[in-house]
Formats: sequence, C-alpha cells, structure tokens
Amino acid sequence: MSRLKTLALLPLAVTLSGCNFVVLAPAGDIAAQQRDLVIISTVLMLLIVVPVMVLTAVFAWRYRQSNSSARYEPEWDHSTKLELVIWSAPLLIIVCLGALTWMGTHLLDPYRSLGRIAAERPMDKARAPLEVDVVALDWKWLFIYPDHGIATVNELAAPVDRPINFRITASTVMNSFYIPALAGQIYAMPGMETKLHAVVNHAGTYKGFSANYSGAGFSGMHFAFHGLDDKNFDDWIARAKSAGGSLDRVEYLQLEKPSQNEPVRRYGSIDTDLYRAILNMCVEAGKMCMSEMMAIDAKGGLGHEGLNNTLPLAYDKYARRGTALGPEPAFVAGTCTLEAPQGQTTAAIKAPTDTAPLAGAGLKRPAFAPLRSSDSLFLGQRPKSDS
Amino acid sequence: MSSPDLIKLIFGRLTLESLPLHEPIVVGTFAVVATGGLALFGALTYFRLWGYLWREWFTTVDHKRIGIMYMILGIVMLLRGFADAIMMRAQQAIAFGGSEGYLNAHHYDQIFTAHGVIMIFFVAMPLVTGLMNYVVPLQIGARDVSFPFLNNFSFWMTVGGAVLVMASLFIGEFARTGWLAYPPLSNIGYSPDVGVDYYIWGLQVAGVGTTLSGINLICTIVKLRAPGMTMMRMPVFTWTSLCTNVLIVASFPVLTVVLALLSLDRYVGTNFFTNDFGGSPMMYVNLIWIWGHPEVYILVLPAFGIFSEVTSTFSGKRLFGYTSMVYATVVITILSYLVWLHHFFTMGSGASVNSFFGITTMIISIPTGAKMFNWLFTMYRGRIRFELPMMWTLAFMFTFVIGGMTGVLLAVPPADFVLHNSLFLIAHFHNVIIGGVVFGAFAGIVYWFPKAFGFRLDPFWGRVSFWCWVTGFFFAFMPLYVLGLMGVTRRLRVFDDPSLQIWFIVAGFGAALIFVGIMAMLVQFAVSILRREQLRDVTGDPWNARTLEWATSSPPPDYNFAFTPVVHDNDAWWDMKRRGYQRPLTGFKPIHMPSNTGTGIILAGLATAMAFGLIWYMWWLAAVSFIALLVVAIGHTFNYHRDFDIPADQIVRTEDARTNLLAGAK
Repeated sequence: MSRLKTLALLPLAVTLSGCNFVVLAPAGDIAAQQRDLVIISTVLMLLIVVPVMVLTAVFAWRYRQSNSSARYEPEWDHSTKLELVIWSAPLLIIVCLGALTWMGTHLLDPYRSLGRIAAERPMDKARAPLEVDVVALDWKWLFIYPDHGIATVNELAAPVDRPINFRITASTVMNSFYIPALAGQIYAMPGMETKLHAVVNHAGTYKGFSANYSGAGFSGMHFAFHGLDDKNFDDWIARAKSAGGSLDRVEYLQLEKPSQNEPVRRYGSIDTDLYRAILNMCVEAGKMCMSEMMAIDAKGGLGHEGLNNTLPLAYDKYARRGTALGPEPAFVAGTCTLEAPQGQTTAAIKAPTDTAPLAGAGLKRPAFAPLRSSDSLFLGQRPKSDS
Repeated sequence: MSSPDLIKLIFGRLTLESLPLHEPIVVGTFAVVATGGLALFGALTYFRLWGYLWREWFTTVDHKRIGIMYMILGIVMLLRGFADAIMMRAQQAIAFGGSEGYLNAHHYDQIFTAHGVIMIFFVAMPLVTGLMNYVVPLQIGARDVSFPFLNNFSFWMTVGGAVLVMASLFIGEFARTGWLAYPPLSNIGYSPDVGVDYYIWGLQVAGVGTTLSGINLICTIVKLRAPGMTMMRMPVFTWTSLCTNVLIVASFPVLTVVLALLSLDRYVGTNFFTNDFGGSPMMYVNLIWIWGHPEVYILVLPAFGIFSEVTSTFSGKRLFGYTSMVYATVVITILSYLVWLHHFFTMGSGASVNSFFGITTMIISIPTGAKMFNWLFTMYRGRIRFELPMMWTLAFMFTFVIGGMTGVLLAVPPADFVLHNSLFLIAHFHNVIIGGVVFGAFAGIVYWFPKAFGFRLDPFWGRVSFWCWVTGFFFAFMPLYVLGLMGVTRRLRVFDDPSLQIWFIVAGFGAALIFVGIMAMLVQFAVSILRREQLRDVTGDPWNARTLEWATSSPPPDYNFAFTPVVHDNDAWWDMKRRGYQRPLTGFKPIHMPSNTGTGIILAGLATAMAFGLIWYMWWLAAVSFIALLVVAIGHTFNYHRDFDIPADQIVRTEDARTNLLAGAK
C-alpha cells in the first residue's frame, strides 16, 4: 500500500515540490491516515475514470463523420452484455470504496479515542492525553488547558506523540476548527460540544484556522499550532503561567466581544468552571445554563411559570438588535446565582415541595419567583432596541 | 404624530444612509446600470415598443416565448453573477503580503453570497427551466403546457426574486452569510440588517415561481403527450425534465418552510434556529440541505437529458441503452434525497451516520457512471458531426468525470474532514456545475436556437466562446484543487502566505478567459442576428434530428402542431422521416388556444412589492400589496376571456407559407 502511495504521489511531488501540500504531507497520524484514504480512493476511481476519458477521445476520433472506413450502425442501441459491464464496473468500485469508507469513517471518527500514536507505534498507557478546551470566539480562538490551569488566545501547543483530546465549542456563530497538519476539521458550534482526538508526530509550527465563514473578521481568524517536545512544552506552559492575568468570567466577557486579527494572549490562571459555562451559554451571571434548562425540561419543565422566567438581554454583543415584531431579546434567568451555585437554594428560590416530575399544564406547579435583573451583573436599565 | 415617526412609518428602516453612497464601486456600477437602463428605456419608448412587448411578450402564455424570456433572464443574471466572480478572483489575487486588496469585508462578504445565490437561483435555474419550458411541450407533441397562465405567473415570480436581489445592490445591502445563510450568523442577532431579509424574500418569491412551474411541467408531461407516446417512448430530455420537476415539487417546499422559519426567528422572535431557548441551528442546516442536495440534481438532470439528445443526434444513431438511461435517471432522483448529510459530515454526526450518507452518495455515482457509458456507446459506431452542441457535450464528458471523481472523494467522510469547505470543494462543485449544467445549457442553447428563431447561431464565434470557456474553466478551477490540497479554505478575503499567490493569479487568468468566452457568446448572438439570412434554416430540422420538436417549422407556429402527431417509436421524428412521412396539407380545423393575460406580471409585481415592504419594515406597503394580491387573484377567477380559437383559414395560411418555404428550399 505504501508503494502505491509513493507511486501516486510521485508526479505531484516532482511537479509541485516547491509548494506546501499540507493535506498530502501532514505531521499528525490522524491527518496522515485521512491523506491515505484520499489517495487510495482517488486511485480506485482512476481505475474507471481513465478508461472513460480514453474511450471518449478514441470514440470521438474514430467515429468522426469524415472517417468513412469506421463501422456505422445507426440502429444498434442495446447490448445486454455491455449493459451488465457498464453497471457492474462502477458498482464493483463503489463496493470496494464503500467498505473502505465504512472502516475509515469508524476508525477515524473524531470522537473515537486514538488507537495508536503513529503507524506501528502503539499507545503509551503511561502518558495521559492532553486535554484542551477550544472556544471559537468572534474572531479569535481561545484555548483552555484545564489540567495546567492556563489559557491562550490564538496560540496552541502540544507535546509531540502525546494524544490530544479536544473539546470544542463556540461563543456565538458556527466556525470550524481545523489544523490541516494535525487532523481533519470539526465544527465549533455555540451551545454544542464537538470532540476531536489527535496526535502530532513531528515538531514544528503549523497553521490552524476556522474553515467555516463566521462574519467580518473571518479571514484573520487563524492561529499557530506548535508541536513541541516535552521540555519545550513545559517551558511553553511555564511561560503562559508567568504571563499572569486571569481568565475569569468578567475577563472572558470582555474577550468575547468581537475583535479582529487578535495577537497572541496568555492567561496564567483560569476560572475552572469557565468552559462549562461557555458551553452552556451562561457565562453572564443570572442566566440559566442550558444543562440546567435541559434538566428541568427532563423533569417536565416549569410549566406556564417558565414563561415568566426570562429576563431582558442587556449586554449588546454585536450591534445586537431585537426583532421587528417580536419581543425584546431575552434570556432564561438562572435559578441559581454565582453566590449560590447549583445545588444550593437562595431565599428567592423556593424548591418545589412536590418532587414528582411535572407533566405540563393543568398540574400543580411549584411556586417560583424569577431573579430580578438588578440582582445580576446586568446593572442599569436595559437598552431600548433601536430597530 | 411627529415627523420622524411619520417617516419611519412610511419608509420603515429605509433611510438615506441605506444607500451605499460611500462605496465607490457600487456607485460606479449604479451609474453604468442606470445609464444603460435609461438608454434601453429611451430606445423602447422611441421605437414605441412598449405596447408590443406588453402584448406579445410580457402577457404571453405561450410556453415558447416564456421559455425564451427565461433564457434571457438567465443570461442577463449570468453577467451579474460573473461580475461578482471576477471581483472575488481579483481580490484574492492581490490581497497578499499585508495588502487588504480593494474590497472591505462588508463588501466582499456580500459578493460571495450574491455570487452563489445568483448563479444557482437566477442563472442555472432560469436556463434549465427555460429550456424545459421551450422544448418539453414540443417534444411530446403538445400545443402548450397544462396551465399556460400559471406558466406566465411562474416566470414573473422568478423575475421578481431576481429584481429583489438586484435591488439589494443599490438599496441597502445583500446578505453577508454565504449562499445558504446558516444561522446563528443569519439570525437577527448577528445579521440585523436587511441583507438576509433580501435573501429570504428574494428566494421566497422566486421559489413560488419554481414550485408552480414544476407542478405545471409534471402535469404537462403526464397528461399532454401525443397519442402513442408511452412513458417508455418519451425522449430522454422529457424524462429528465419529469424527474427534475418531481424533485422541484418535492424539495422546494422544504426550502420555503425553512426560510419561513428563519423569517419567523427574524421577525417575531421565535427560536427555531437560535442557540438558546431550545432552538437548534443544526435543524436549519439539515433542512436547507434536504432541499439543497436535490437542487443539484434539479439542475444537472435536464443537462443530462440535453447531452443524450445531442449525442444521439450528432452521432446519427439511436441512443444506446434507452431503458437503462431512464432507470438511471429515476434512481438518481430517488437517491438524491438520501444524501443530504454529506454536506456536513464535519458537524459531529456519528461514524455510522456519516458512513451511511457517504455510501449513499457513492451509490449515486453508479447510475451516473452508467449514463456516461451510455453516451460513450452511443458514439460508438456512429457518424459523429462535430457541431457546437456536440463539442459542448464532449467537453462535458471530459470535465464532468473529473468533477464526479472529486465528488465521490468528498463523499468519503475521512477525506471530507480534510477537504470540507476548502477550495478543493469549491473546485469540485464548479467542476460539476460548469462542466455539467452550464455546458449542458450552452449545448441546449446552440442545439435548439434554430428551432426557436429559424436560423442557426454563428459557428465561428461559437467556437471562440467554446474554447475560451473550456480552457478558462481549467485555468480557473484546477488551481483551486491544488490550493485545497494546500489547506486553503473558502471565503477568505486576505492571505498571508505569499507562496499561494501564484495559484490565485492563474485562477484569475482563467476567469478572464471565461469572460472572453461570455463576451464571444454575446458577439455570437449579435453576429447571428445580423447574418440571419445566411444562417437561415427553412426545413425546421437543421441537424437531421430525431425527436418531435423538429417535425414542426422553425420557429414553430403558435399552435406548435397543426395536427397532433402520432408516435410509434422513441425517436418519433426519425421514425416519421424513415417511413416517408408526408406533411398534411389540407383538412385543418380551428385550434383552441389560451389567451394572453397581464394578471401574471401584476401578481408578481405585487408580490415583489410586498416582499420589499417586509424587507424594509414598511408594513403599510406589505399590507396593501398583500390585499391587492388577493383582490387581483380573486378578480382573475372572474375573467372569462381565457381562450380563443385560431380560425382554420389562418392555419391554412400559416401552413401554406411553410409549404412554399419547404418547396423553395428543395
């Protein structure tokens, strides 16, 4: 197979040796396996595409009108044998390709933990994977290292040959997290989490970027990915630690505001709960986390009282305006606050006396009082939308 | 009421600042368009052509004239869509090494959105619909479509959509979201301006036209075939049109619904596609691709039909494997509904889901491959005449296999993970849409032009255009395949890696060649009109063709066929010629025909005005237009002057004139 690969790459390599074909020559094992599939599939398909192109040229030339020596059979329009061939030849190729696809898709599923470090190199059980939480912001990338307690903007680093587990989300709109040299891309979507398992096998600096258009600053939304040996990686972590600065909720809400072509930034300490709050869209205090919402809904929901449990959205993210005919922008108020996190009750919230699941309208509902906006970080009056 | 409130009530959110006076490029374009428009308006007025246009064209219910108007719309919009393409290529070729290029993000992001929307909805769709409208009734021996008035209305709704998209260039702005407007970006929070509203209402208005035209053509094909034309004797173009229209009727309502849900989110604050409040943007992505993937086949199936007609005609041979061609078309039609998820393998679906959709996608390549072989074996043992339609067909066969191959490659999910949204993908879909749909439409235009106008298109300028288009295509898109393998993603405005620049310059050169190709095509039309006497065809069958549309005169009379032909063979006209068919010269009877009506254009105008009102929050305009729409529509049901009879003596005169022409040609 590897000979096949070299053979297929040869003409490309000769003619285009000056260019950086990162997709065909990546530095990570996952991307390398994906590259192999690209090449094998192409070769498989060339088995039928090349004959078709040659036959087109040959037939077009041979049966040109001026060539009166060629046979002319105007009534010949059917041949069962030929029909069998023209349906079964593509079918056979697709059967092969389909089998490859089924295996490849499962083996290279970004949600699947790595099975090896590289070809012929099994996993090292002693080395725990590096955890990185990725957040696509408008228009920059935030990387949180929960195990090291640091965070960086527009710069990512990982030790060579150590598996990396990415958890990926976004703050506002869809982006796609893509480091061609490392592994295939996966979307970064607000309120949702995607995962990617990858490993980098060669030290070096590689490009990473968003592969899905996300607005005005999209072109500048790229970052450097450093594949480092263990010592350099530790130095890199130490440098981030010494950078000082703390990425807490307030700082995050500043960072989250749209900005373009951001330089690299480092935070020496982080709010450990930040990623969970970003994912659940409840960094702003007083806003109910989606996980809580889902838990409440799974219990049957708040019923009609839930309708009152919304507060106007005060923070103007990005020229945010309300709809023309609908209500002002709003959010679901949290039933717990920063001072009284999940699991604890405050005076404002009475726990339901009846813990049986609610089934909706017509049933007895718990007494419920929503938080007031003045209790939260949203100080002052809500702005009138200007539309 | 204070005057600012009054102004807001009248103009909604339209203010002087909404006009893009600060964008010199747009102002320049406006100056050119306005000058050209005024000149055209002046000329039409001076030559007193308005009455003629209104009576003979705007209000016509004749499928042939409506078909021609669709083609004109497609070609005019091609110029706009292509202008966008050239601007993007120029921007990407110069925005290197710290240069911002000449377009800011606000402008550039509108351009790539508009380019996609215009090319798909207002170029490819009108060209394909126009050809179907013109050819299908003739091919099945019908006098018109099933619902001639509806046909006129459909056309003007498509024009209404195009007008809205064009208006966005000078009044306000267009969407900055990419051509499918994924939320949350397209939702009110991140796109609060009118751009996305133009997008929504432009497509909604045009979508009504497309859906109704789909219903119309299905009815026509199912109900109006000439006696003897069983389903398995229909010409392949009619078969592919039938399948395309089935796809239209089944998929466009999905687009209508998904855009309606998005407008509810944007207008009344529902939360179908928001991140919070229980909505999910991925629902939009699924729904829009459930329309979007069949849409690709809506465009390419008729092109396949055209290639089938052309290959068989210019090889002087029956189409090889008619039955397998029909089954291949039907299989593609059905499978096109089972593949939509391959547009977003990278959104985190599980491996089994991704594999399923990857493999269904690959399966489509089996019937497509079978079609390719069928064309190949139609050429085999034929006598191939390299006229322009055949040249476009051969160019298609060479380019489309490349596009098909890269398409199947992208259907392998792990390969898609590294190529999704890259320029490789851009190269792929331009490869199939230009190589398939556009070349097909051009083959169809050159092939059927003599039928529509009674003279051929000038072959010299046709060849110039052909070679510029084909070489330009390879220069423009092969570099994008290369860039995709270098990991370059789509929709970027500026670049910092200088080694990429050369590829963008090559692609820009390719786009310039295509520009020459488009210009040569316009010259071809002009030269052909000037030289129409030399290029005249009086036989009605200039290519020695095989299907029924060539049995009548060129251009066909209003009633298409004086007597409805009787069909005994797949290649009905070929069969008639072979058996020494004699045109009937006597015994003509009056022919019952539909009357022209202005209701279609009025309804579409009102719908467009309503959409404009909704876009700009001019509620009074929307309400007034909507009520007027209802009144006119109901009023039209009381119009009892819907039809007339062409008297027999008029038919005798028309047919005698043709007899004389044919005698003179001998």
